Amino acid sequence: MAFLELQNLHRDFGTNKALDGIEIALGEGEFLSLLGPSGCGKTTALRLVAGFDRPDEGRIVVDGRDVTRVSPNKRDMGMVFQAYSLFPNMTARQNVAFGLRIRGQRRDERDKRVLELLDLVGLSHAVDRYPHQLSGGMQQRVALARALAIQPRVLLLDEPLSALDAKVRVQLREEIRRIQLELGITTLYVTHDQEEALSVSDHVAVMYRGRIEQMGSPAEMYSAPATPFVAEFIGTMNRLEGTVVDGGVEHGGKTLQIEAARQRPRGDRVLVLIRPETVEVDRANGASASPNTLIGDVVTQTFLGPVTRLKIVGTGVDVIADVPTQKALGLPVGTRVTAALPAEGVRLLDLKEDLPQIAEEPAPAGP
Amino acid sequence: MAREDGCLITTTDAASEALRPDTRSGRRRLSLAWLGTVPFFAYALLFLFLPAGQILIGAFKSKTGGWTGHNLNLLVHKPYITYYETSIKISLLTAIAGCILGFFIAFAAIRDGTPRWIRGIITTFSGVAANFGGIPLAFAFISTIGNIGIVTKFLHDHLGWDIYSTHFPIFGNFTLFSAFGVGIVYMYFQIPLMILVIAPAIDGLRREWREAASNLGANSWQFWRHVGMPVLLPPLLGATILLFGNAFAAYATAYSLTAGSVGVVPIQIGYLYSGNVLDDPHLAQALAFGMFVVLFVMMAIYVPLQRRSARWMR
Amino acid sequence: MRRHISPSAAIWLLLAAAYFIIPLIATLLFSLNQQQTGKCCSVHAYGTILHDGAFWSNLKTSFLLALETIAIGLGLFVPTIYLVHLKVPKLRAVLAFLALIPFVIPPIVMVVGLLSFYKGSPSWFYAQPWGFLATAYVILAFPYMFFSLDAGFRSIDIHTLTEASQSLGASWITTLVKVILPNIRAACLAASFLTLAIVMGEFTIASLAAFHTFPIYIQSINESEAYPAAAVTLMSFGITWAAMLSLLVIGRKRGARGAVIAGVR
Repeated sequence: MAFLELQNLHRDFGTNKALDGIEIALGEGEFLSLLGPSGCGKTTALRLVAGFDRPDEGRIVVDGRDVTRVSPNKRDMGMVFQAYSLFPNMTARQNVAFGLRIRGQRRDERDKRVLELLDLVGLSHAVDRYPHQLSGGMQQRVALARALAIQPRVLLLDEPLSALDAKVRVQLREEIRRIQLELGITTLYVTHDQEEALSVSDHVAVMYRGRIEQMGSPAEMYSAPATPFVAEFIGTMNRLEGTVVDGGVEHGGKTLQIEAARQRPRGDRVLVLIRPETVEVDRANGASASPNTLIGDVVTQTFLGPVTRLKIVGTGVDVIADVPTQKALGLPVGTRVTAALPAEGVRLLDLKEDLPQIAEEPAPAGP
Repeated sequence: MAREDGCLITTTDAASEALRPDTRSGRRRLSLAWLGTVPFFAYALLFLFLPAGQILIGAFKSKTGGWTGHNLNLLVHKPYITYYETSIKISLLTAIAGCILGFFIAFAAIRDGTPRWIRGIITTFSGVAANFGGIPLAFAFISTIGNIGIVTKFLHDHLGWDIYSTHFPIFGNFTLFSAFGVGIVYMYFQIPLMILVIAPAIDGLRREWREAASNLGANSWQFWRHVGMPVLLPPLLGATILLFGNAFAAYATAYSLTAGSVGVVPIQIGYLYSGNVLDDPHLAQALAFGMFVVLFVMMAIYVPLQRRSARWMR
Repeated sequence: MRRHISPSAAIWLLLAAAYFIIPLIATLLFSLNQQQTGKCCSVHAYGTILHDGAFWSNLKTSFLLALETIAIGLGLFVPTIYLVHLKVPKLRAVLAFLALIPFVIPPIVMVVGLLSFYKGSPSWFYAQPWGFLATAYVILAFPYMFFSLDAGFRSIDIHTLTEASQSLGASWITTLVKVILPNIRAACLAASFLTLAIVMGEFTIASLAAFHTFPIYIQSINESEAYPAAAVTLMSFGITWAAMLSLLVIGRKRGARGAVIAGVR
């Protein structure tokens, strides 16, 4: 039984279809991330759930109750905004107490709960500071405490970490997840950072141009992307266009042995998706090409910390491979190498239309 | 490695040295720069400070040339004290009225739901109306609600309402040519001034606060009570003070409307100069000095208030 | 998020529109009244004004005064503010403070001081608008000119521009005229239009010092003929409107921001 349901949500801004039939069913206590590039509609969807906007079509159901027409201050949801949402004229303590004050909770109970929450987010030492005296990360912690104070049924987060430094971001996202698990709150999280989404969520829904491209667990999304867009958006992927032939896929003059190709009719145009870390790279040492092994030269090396990304160019085929950095030291630019592509566990997608460009910014979804 | 580090440091040092403003060798250059500002300060001295000082000193002098507190003493007695009272009363009332009305109009123009172009019109018009004061404004109102004004006649002929024989509570019988009428005309530049000054502060009310409050269960009233008004109070107070000073110093409008008969201080000063020979310059200076004191007190409240309200808006 | 205007907002805006537009319409109707009958419609009043020699001479005086004020003002303030921004940043706070002075010393107070202090000065200064009035107007216009120019200087990197110019061999004057000025043109224009509006509308000082400027002329008409007074009132409004619109156009083009509030009271 789903706790939070988004049923067939549509929202247009003029001619721009910001949401085109969104369907989501989230169980109680689960954490779903809406992931996508700017303008994909994820924030629009969140704002509809919060009640700051009304859908043109569709319903929002919380715990069996239709809240589509309910005003935002009666929906019993807690929201954490991207930035600037703390009331500047109140201290951290007063900010967190706000929702409780509105509900008329007694002073002593209120104070107790406020301190509990600020302790939960690690800010006991800063309760009487004003927002302008707090760092970005601290402000977001207060915002989180404030949203949780009212014990909402649903927790909504609108890119809460985007405005923060990288290190703070990683730290804070783990804390958000920890707190969410501890309190068991159903959570809807919006972000454009795929690493963030994959690391903290129970489910991820990738959105593009107002639609959900794919929804599933982080592992599913990573290893089994369903559409070219998702494949491109999540992690880095080798995308090789080819045609299905006997026992494999023909690409760039080579026939790659791909298990999945057996189920497809000959002549189908497909996109072969291979994760860089699944490509085995070694010095060529005079070896010759074999079915799934290419011979090529290392053209660029990109240092990524524990792993180094190599771009290998062969005859008609280019691949990207991630190798442990220690190993990459022995394969400098110009080295002739073998790149072994896996035969199993490789995904094939239909190549029906042009691949969507991730870099292109679609029109913003409404005001 | 160490050597490379050393080189790096020297390079950065040299670079920052080049960019740093000259302090030692630049001392001569610095004094030349000071010299360059002399014309400006000389001008300010000649045409602002010295004449202002003249008022300060002259207020304490008598016609015979000696020091006296006589003129200032006159100020705290009738009729002069009444002039100050009238001035302050009109200024205070138009400042408060301008604050309230200006705020609501500005808010109406800026808030969600109002088409963007309305705000543009309001701002542009406010810019013009804030400058459209004095003589022309006075006559515009004479044309409107003067004795034979268009609106006066319209109300009389078509609605049977003679506004000149209407008695208003507190203000008494209506006539354009009184403190009451002057106040109504003052609103024409007080309200736009308020709009121009408070619009940035309203913009500063982040939408996130409104939404967060709503999300936490607050309705409109609760938001304004707990967040909106407290945040806006310093800028509102500051703007009111600005409006007060604006009305207090106004001369031309009152002059034109009432042919100089309404009892405000600027008009009284003007009276002293209306003859060919200035009877007692020291009285005029004393009156001017009195105005200066009132305005100074006003500024002394305004400046720290401004600083405080800026702090929250960060 | 609201999709439509709130009813209370609509009411406030309508009331505001009424209060601000009705006097203008009334003045227009009044100015079109026929002399004899006191009813609509005739352009007789406008004719009277436009044929009045005093109208043109006073208008010219005010306009020339405005130009003179702008010239002196820019000539005095631009180099000073440039110098302060470039070399003596601490003085900027002093200048900003000085810009607040006119709130404490309004025209009515200033004119008292000026008249007594310069009583014995030569008549080419004291008795001429080009002397006495212009110098007073420069002080009056200072805050508005300062805010416009200051904003303009802050929006460009004068250090880099000056250093680049000097490294290419230009003298100070050349740098100021050929490099800096073109870049703060919008701010200068904004300052100029504000000053124009102020000078064309300034009554207090001109009146107490007994000079014949445009606002003085308007007042004399106000006291004598009703319908022409309405005509000239509208013309005056039109001038202010034109100055402010020019300000807006400039502001839109270069993003120059400055105080739009000049007090003509």
